[in-house]
Amino acid sequence: MTETQAATEAVSTVRPTLLEARDLHVEFASRGRRARAVDGVNLAVGEGEIVALVGESGCGKTTLARTLLGLERPTSGEVRYGGAALDYSSKALKAYRRQVQLVLQDPTGSLNPRHTVYEALAEGPRIHGLPDEREVVATALSRAGLRPPDRFFLRYPHELSGGQRQRVVIAGALALNPKVLVADEPVASLDASVRGEILALLLKLREELGLSALVVTHDLGLAWNIADRVAVMYLGRIVESGPVEQVLTAPRHPYTQALMSVLPESPERVVLTGEPPDPTRIPGGCRFHARCQVLASGRAAEAGVDGKCRSELLDILPAVPETQAACHYAAR
Amino acid sequence: MTLLELDDLSVTYRIASGEVPAVRGVSLTLDSGAALGVAGESGSGKSTLAMALLRLLPRDARVGGRILLDGEDVLAMKWGRMRAVRWAEASIVFQGAQHGLNPVRRIGDQIAEPLLVHGLAKPDAARRRVTELLEQVGLPDWRARSFPHELSGGQRQRVMIAMALACSPRLIIADEPTTALDVMVQAQVLTLIKDLVAEHDISLIMISHDLSVLADVCDQLAVMYAGRVVEHGPSREVFHDAKHPYSKALAAAFPTVGDPASRLAPQGLGGDPPDPMELPTGCSFHPRCPVALDGCATMDVELWPAGPGRNAACVHVQEAS
Amino acid sequence: MTSVAATRRRLALSRFWADFRKHRAGMIGLGILVVAVVLALVAPLFISEDVTSVVRGTGEKWAPPSLSEPFGTDESGRSILLMVWWGSRTSLLIGFLAALLSIVIGLVVGVAAGHFRGWLGGALMRVTDWFLVLPSLVTALVLAAILGGSTFTIIMAIGITTWPSTARLIRAQTLSVEARPYIERSKALGAGHWHITTRHVLPNVAPLLLASTTLEVASAIVTESTLAFLGASANKTSWGTMLRGSYDYGAATQGAWWYILIPGLAILAVVMAFTLVGRALEAVLNPRLRRAA
Repeated sequence: MTETQAATEAVSTVRPTLLEARDLHVEFASRGRRARAVDGVNLAVGEGEIVALVGESGCGKTTLARTLLGLERPTSGEVRYGGAALDYSSKALKAYRRQVQLVLQDPTGSLNPRHTVYEALAEGPRIHGLPDEREVVATALSRAGLRPPDRFFLRYPHELSGGQRQRVVIAGALALNPKVLVADEPVASLDASVRGEILALLLKLREELGLSALVVTHDLGLAWNIADRVAVMYLGRIVESGPVEQVLTAPRHPYTQALMSVLPESPERVVLTGEPPDPTRIPGGCRFHARCQVLASGRAAEAGVDGKCRSELLDILPAVPETQAACHYAAR
Repeated sequence: MTLLELDDLSVTYRIASGEVPAVRGVSLTLDSGAALGVAGESGSGKSTLAMALLRLLPRDARVGGRILLDGEDVLAMKWGRMRAVRWAEASIVFQGAQHGLNPVRRIGDQIAEPLLVHGLAKPDAARRRVTELLEQVGLPDWRARSFPHELSGGQRQRVMIAMALACSPRLIIADEPTTALDVMVQAQVLTLIKDLVAEHDISLIMISHDLSVLADVCDQLAVMYAGRVVEHGPSREVFHDAKHPYSKALAAAFPTVGDPASRLAPQGLGGDPPDPMELPTGCSFHPRCPVALDGCATMDVELWPAGPGRNAACVHVQEAS
Repeated sequence: MTSVAATRRRLALSRFWADFRKHRAGMIGLGILVVAVVLALVAPLFISEDVTSVVRGTGEKWAPPSLSEPFGTDESGRSILLMVWWGSRTSLLIGFLAALLSIVIGLVVGVAAGHFRGWLGGALMRVTDWFLVLPSLVTALVLAAILGGSTFTIIMAIGITTWPSTARLIRAQTLSVEARPYIERSKALGAGHWHITTRHVLPNVAPLLLASTTLEVASAIVTESTLAFLGASANKTSWGTMLRGSYDYGAATQGAWWYILIPGLAILAVVMAFTLVGRALEAVLNPRLRRAA
């Protein structure tokens, strides 16, 4: 793999790793078959870094996020936080929760309709027995942009707008003073005009609190908006990763290229055909080869890699900050 | 030729605590074979507008103004005529593709149902028509024997489109047809809709909160805010060079990847959509408007001309012209 | 924040009351219940267990209703009115306690089966199913016969045989609550089993439970009467044992309709009142029903 000039520049700004997946595999039993939802992933989130994990539904991105949060146990491989492997004893997991927090897609469902905003925010501090609950809650609310905080204490979720609810969910995560936020499609169910505000909030939190974030999304525009690095996932593996500027302006993996091409406004559309990806039936060779437009158009054959595409497995990409793609054609 | 004309359409819901004006005086026209995009957020009245076109609103809604479909007043139609119109002239594709299909009946039977019920085809002809429709939406004909759960989300949405096409309507109303679908599938469905509109001379009204998608599919774009159209014009122009600050914000919400201006700078709009029962005075957008003037809180706005074929309800537009 | 929570609770309570008041049938039921419970509670101030004693029958045997004996007398000359009044204490006590027992078992089993979805949940549901298919009346009869007749055993017999349907109901509700994203959020915040079940699941099943308890009391009173009529009783005067007595002494052949009718009407009134209140509670507390209305 040849490193470009820009890639080496990116390395110099690399931050120390905080949260890491190492050779992570997560399998489920699905309709009598084994589904390899996460099938060998190396991924690192640095201190104060925002990483976007991009992929279609069913690619395993949500399972990966849940595993990083310790809500799912890996079949093999490990989740590492702050240089140590995650300990799954209930006491250690509870301590881990104060470091890594979750923001879900649907703010309406993420809040118990019977709890007031105050109760929703105090839940974390109460579980962990933190002192000065009221103070913690008020600070978290104002950090999430709900000011003045006491005006929101007694409101119920249904009395708030969608954007305000998502701010409450983010504030609830902030109340534990975490180092990393894992956000699963944080703006997908919000109105367009509110979307930018919530994304701006994530950027502001990174700036003010040094908060890292892993943002799981299917939206490349979101990655462009807020992420430093992007990892593209297909059928349980990361197929391309690197700094956003490079991956999203000059994608090297055919899958990333196809994703980019279907964005509105893009000049030429590559609409992938074939069966939608199924984690119970991962094809041999390159896992993307059955739908790959480069292979289908014969460009891979011209380059003499078509045989490899169909039969030769690709190595699992390491967790490095530089641009890399798991593709025989791109690596030639 | 004008297919659909809305003249000062208004819809008000009556609820226990009062009246909720959802659509407040919308006038739009749609030529046959043209595609109109209606953009707006939840609560802007865009879905209510779509439902009003086929009189699908709940009983507690009061509709005012006129809806002319091919010169015929939809609001004055008899019940039987209305039903015929719903099948044969205009059909609607909803966003929840999984809920629109009966889980225990085969796809083919569901597509053929309107044809058989309305006596438009004999069983044999209906079967041929189903094959043809499936082909049009890019599904193999053996899919007619499948049940909905055997299909993916995108395939189900294709079936919904095939059902909408069954009686060869002249107008299709698509309410957020691609929300909840993956990017790749979304692209497939949008391409399909675009092709169908172009090939079969069908008119389309597409509703979405994503301006970039609408700009991609539609010729004309109407942006709604608080029950009113605040900007109207050729879709590419509205998307790239919005005149109304709200349209600008909507357009900027979905950034163009590769555009340095939006890199690490998400564009949002402060505040929340207004409560329809307590609409702000003057221009309803003024509390959230980044370029509001003192007068905006009191002065009434209307759609002023904003360039060739364009209108916008903003005082800045009025001043410029 | 405790004062805040209290204000909020008071508000919720007054809203609940305002909603409940709109249900006329529920209010009538509540009225009957309050009267019945108050009468049962104050009975010792006016009468004593003596009214049920065979040797102290004050009046004429088989006396029809008259001014002095408004509801007539039984085979020993005891006043039916006073016996029904005194008997309400046993009937209501057994009804409430048996329902409480049944609800507590059902709640614990249901929440546990819904929350722990592994082998524990599976095993609990198998046990529940096993109890569910037992013919509950026969089981209760056998239990009462083995344990011997006392108020306590009757309560046990009814409680142990009626909890499975509650457990099923609670489990279904628990499963639906646990599927909500806020449970996932709570887990990510570090919540354990206790926190999730007490802070999120219980408040969500509580309304359902309240309505079902009310209905359960009604059915427990009926079961108690049935058991007593079939011969398994607490050896204390209750509405059920009175019916049994009327049968044993051939009230029907004596033409003593009052001996059968009065305890029967008492059961009917109280059971109906509980049912009316239960239905009204369901309508007020179950948001899905509320939306439909």
